[in-house]
Amino acid sequence: MPDTLPADSVGLVSPETLHFDQPIALACGQTLDSYDLVVETYGTLNSDASNAVLICHALSGHHHAAGYHAMDERKPGWWDSCIGPGKPIDTNRFFVVSVNNLGGCHGSTGPASTNPATGKPYGPDFPVITVTDWVESQARLADRLGIEQWAAVVGGSLGGMQALQWSLSYPDRVRHAVVIASTPKLSAQNIAFNEVARQAITSDREFHEGRYYDFNAIPRRGLMLARMVGHITYLSDASMGEKFGRELRDEAYQFGFGAEFQVESYLRYQGERFSESFDANTYLLMTRALDYFDPAWETNGDLAKALAPAKCEYLVLSFSTDWRFSPERSEEMVNAMISARKKVSYAEIDAPWGHDAFLIPTPRYTDVFTAYLDRVAREVGA
Amino acid sequence: MRPDLDIIQQWVTPGQHVLDLGCGDGTLLDFLQRERNATGFGLEINPDHITTCMGRGVSVIEQNLDTQGLDNFDDGMFDIVLMTQALQAVRRPDRVIEEMLRVGREGIVTFPNFAHWRLRWGLTLSGRMPESNALPYKWYNTPNIRLCTFKDFEALCRQKGIRIKSRRVVDCQHQNSWLARAWPNLLGEIAIYRITREE
Repeated sequence: MPDTLPADSVGLVSPETLHFDQPIALACGQTLDSYDLVVETYGTLNSDASNAVLICHALSGHHHAAGYHAMDERKPGWWDSCIGPGKPIDTNRFFVVSVNNLGGCHGSTGPASTNPATGKPYGPDFPVITVTDWVESQARLADRLGIEQWAAVVGGSLGGMQALQWSLSYPDRVRHAVVIASTPKLSAQNIAFNEVARQAITSDREFHEGRYYDFNAIPRRGLMLARMVGHITYLSDASMGEKFGRELRDEAYQFGFGAEFQVESYLRYQGERFSESFDANTYLLMTRALDYFDPAWETNGDLAKALAPAKCEYLVLSFSTDWRFSPERSEEMVNAMISARKKVSYAEIDAPWGHDAFLIPTPRYTDVFTAYLDRVAREVGA
Repeated sequence: MRPDLDIIQQWVTPGQHVLDLGCGDGTLLDFLQRERNATGFGLEINPDHITTCMGRGVSVIEQNLDTQGLDNFDDGMFDIVLMTQALQAVRRPDRVIEEMLRVGREGIVTFPNFAHWRLRWGLTLSGRMPESNALPYKWYNTPNIRLCTFKDFEALCRQKGIRIKSRRVVDCQHQNSWLARAWPNLLGEIAIYRITREE
């Protein structure tokens, strides 16, 4: 909670809910007749609407990417380290749009929203959403905001997948795609972790086949476990070692199974907090969207071929200790871009924090990100 | 622009697809993109250089030639592959040259001549590893681990069936004097070779 707002903060911001009436046909075959998207914007759209940057969020992210909702908000938006005046995504130059994705649980239409057909929450009836669907809904958002072409679409992790998909779904509407700590598709190991998380949720007695809203219940334990296992994959062995080591909460072993090690207590705390603020059905949807993402599916695994339609320039960044989406996965993507004769720049940032490093402003990360986007800004006259 | 780069840019024709191995801060690629409408990539490992490249719109890939090679590039995908002042710093220059001419139709290579008279003279006279403007390091900290002479390089090309299309020999100020042209292996400090496997 800041007493005064930092000079490099976008300051106090408030989200806005936009309603869409045009039905959207989804990859799963179902259609959503109407839906809401919650967005935050930072900076000012210039007269030719050329300076817009779309922020795509990751698994547990949302529209609140920068600034504060109130002076007593404990923490700023999730990517405040990179969005603001003078920051890599410089709001003095760019008009930044951050959206809570369809299926989310922070105001955009999702499983907890009321299904107009039944008057009750969608729950498990909410269609399974894919990255391609998100891009489609974001394109409609761009239409609504009068943005014909994004100066850049930027995202980390699952957000990076959306940036990549944008370049394929709408080649003419993206100048630059910035794909950070991401992968062109999940590995079996990645899917396996997601499955453990889903099993944790669906096997919780309070899950009620996804209709827990009707029972006034929340599958807290399941969500907590899902978050705990997920959280481990976001950190590195070294960063956990540094933060917790084998430190005990008490001085000696208790010879029991309580949270004796600091790391246990930390994971439980994180899991509990998450389970209070996140919707279980959304968690299922988001992990499935991750699993399904594979732009090379239709080209028999040939990613270079799948990239053929793209017209944008790419910036791909990876982090040395990220084992969830390791540098090798980014290089896979970069190599396909090279093969497909796309313009691409790539850097592997040395950072100890594992996958989470994309949220932490290490000097080299900030330098590279700033240099690239400075050039994007110059290119669009911002 | 550095005079050796100025010579190189004259060998690039408009619209060519170029790979620059050890592209530094991207000066040459930037120039080629703007003035020759060239496309392509630079490979670099120095973080500051990579940042500079990105800032000026040069596509740069963080890639170490010694550990990663050029495996990720397809056969014949570039018109020209450049390597300026880096041959002597890679672990296996012979393999890098082979790879250059696998991924590109033509290669341009520049490196310092270890048989330059001043280096020969320095070694003869002092009995210590020579230093010069082109090779300003001590023996123990030099990145230049594979020093060779023009004659060595040309012998390697012959051995590998690589054709030398042209050679320019310059001194450290990158001036191309008649003396260096007459006795290149003795008087030339830096050579710029244009090589190919094509007839």
